[in-house]
Amino acid sequence: MLETPKANGQDFTGSVRLIHAVGMHARPAVKLTKLAKKFKAHISIRAADAAEWINAKSVAKVMALRAARDSIIQIKASGEDAEAAVAALVDLVATDFPDNG
Amino acid sequence: MRADLARLAYRGRTASIGFAHGPFVRVDAAPSGQHASGTPEDEKRALRGALESAGRQIAFLANAAGGEAAQILEFQVALLDDDDFLDPVSAAIAAGVAADAAWSSALDDQIADYNSASDEYLQARSSDLADLRDRVLRTLRGGAAEALKIPGGAVVFAEDLPPSRFLEIDWSNGGGVALLRGSPTSHVALLARSRGIPMVVQLGAVAERAQAALLDGERATLELDPSAQQIDVFERRRDAHRKSRAAAHAILRRPAASWGGEKIKLLINIQRVDDLDHADAQYADGVGLMRTEFLLGEPTGLPDEEAQYLAYDAVLRWAGKRPVTIRTFDAGGDKPVPGFTEDGEANPFLGVRGLRLCLARPEIFAVQLRALARAATRRNLKVMFPMVTAPDELEAARKAFADVVGKLQAERVPAVLPELGIMVEVPAAALTIERFKAEFFSIGSNDLAQYVTACDRTNGALGKLSDPLQPAVLELIGRTVDYGRRAGISVSLCGEMAGDPRCIPALLSCGLRELSVNPSALAQVKQAIDRLSRGDARD
Repeated sequence: MLETPKANGQDFTGSVRLIHAVGMHARPAVKLTKLAKKFKAHISIRAADAAEWINAKSVAKVMALRAARDSIIQIKASGEDAEAAVAALVDLVATDFPDNG
Repeated sequence: MRADLARLAYRGRTASIGFAHGPFVRVDAAPSGQHASGTPEDEKRALRGALESAGRQIAFLANAAGGEAAQILEFQVALLDDDDFLDPVSAAIAAGVAADAAWSSALDDQIADYNSASDEYLQARSSDLADLRDRVLRTLRGGAAEALKIPGGAVVFAEDLPPSRFLEIDWSNGGGVALLRGSPTSHVALLARSRGIPMVVQLGAVAERAQAALLDGERATLELDPSAQQIDVFERRRDAHRKSRAAAHAILRRPAASWGGEKIKLLINIQRVDDLDHADAQYADGVGLMRTEFLLGEPTGLPDEEAQYLAYDAVLRWAGKRPVTIRTFDAGGDKPVPGFTEDGEANPFLGVRGLRLCLARPEIFAVQLRALARAATRRNLKVMFPMVTAPDELEAARKAFADVVGKLQAERVPAVLPELGIMVEVPAAALTIERFKAEFFSIGSNDLAQYVTACDRTNGALGKLSDPLQPAVLELIGRTVDYGRRAGISVSLCGEMAGDPRCIPALLSCGLRELSVNPSALAQVKQAIDRLSRGDARD
């Protein structure tokens, strides 16, 4: 399941299924936040329509999502490189956090 | 006097196999000392300094260790660089709390949160957080860069040992780790395994002081101030372990075993997911039997679909392209499970057990089948049913499975009906094997031999009568294999016979070409086949 980024007013959004075997645990969370930090955009994520969006650049918050395998991760970003940020993060999750990333 | 005292011996859980004999050294994780607090500005500066210094120390350890260790420490490095995580600490300091108190309380909250998680993986991450907490506290309280002074080859004893402390210790002269708590799935256990350092966890209670210790990672025991006799037994076990490891490596690395020009597939039996961590498991041609009863042992009751799915999927992922055969719950008999098995059966071995029990408790069975049907999307899964007596039972199980797959697909959950087979362990099934429409057969020689010979194999008084090499047992194995050959259905054997070098010639002569054994027996079985095969090369 993979969506290309969509512009929604100022925000770009995307969603992707988490296929990682143990869910959003330490290593995936570190990879995701590291990648998010490469962008200037303000990026937030949430799992499966949770009420709260959390900062995708905070490893503590991303871990606290406790997103289980097969949950849908939604990503939204605003700012100059928002579109590229959403695409990159969707790709990271969709490709199961490859080691060369 | 000392020699007359009962020796102090403790048993825990194996986290890493191996042997260590050396001085007993206690390591305290909690940093001592006082932090002299100042104005909020001073405190902010002190914390910043401590965080930077902790970051440098961790980066240094990660660099020195590389690989897996570096990846593990990356989580701590990321936390030190996480504003959302550090902001509440800064806010507390601004409100007048001392740096060390503000830092500990923020970390303690997170640790408590992780510890309360239902999943063992998240619980194990709490020791990474405690590691970071203590490292920063040590710096704040002035104990700065005090590295651990551990003599070479020591048995290091602690409540728990965080990964970064493990990496500070020089393991080049061997040694081992004994932990009161800890977990085989912790990061430090992973590090210990990758370095071949023995580690025993969950020892519960251990005497605080001792001079010397013996740590046996195979039996999961710790012996303190051992007697000459204990040392002697230990050294002999260690020696045997070394020799078998050496032989194992030489044999295991060779290509597949073969006999009489035919390839012999050697697979492994596992009781739980952790068994795949055995160093020899990687050399197996697949998993011939994954037992699932461990899932029933949880204190929280019967396992939910997700917990089961994660366990099955972890094994299927590990196996990659190799096949994995998972056996549905084989409870009952000598494996009672509260809330599942029948109470008060006069003869549980001949009672409602195995598939009989699952068919009698369709609501529990359906949860397992759902988890298996989802896992089957990896395509290397085969599922087998235990204690099948009549073809009707297989058909009832197949129908239950097909119903579950249909429901999942209607819910748009990816699911597949895997290949279905049966355990051949009831003589009635072995005698009428051609009546079963199974896609594979797996001979459970332990129960088959018990039921054919009417002998409890744990009863030593029965001696030779309970020997699985009895002609009647071999006759049934031979018939099953013959039928499989004629009908083009694969037949394997997963009982203890398969791991016993003495039985290998008979099993190969029966026509078996697929054996499934415990990971620790893999090397000796391959060696036994290798010897037979060379003795056999007459032309």
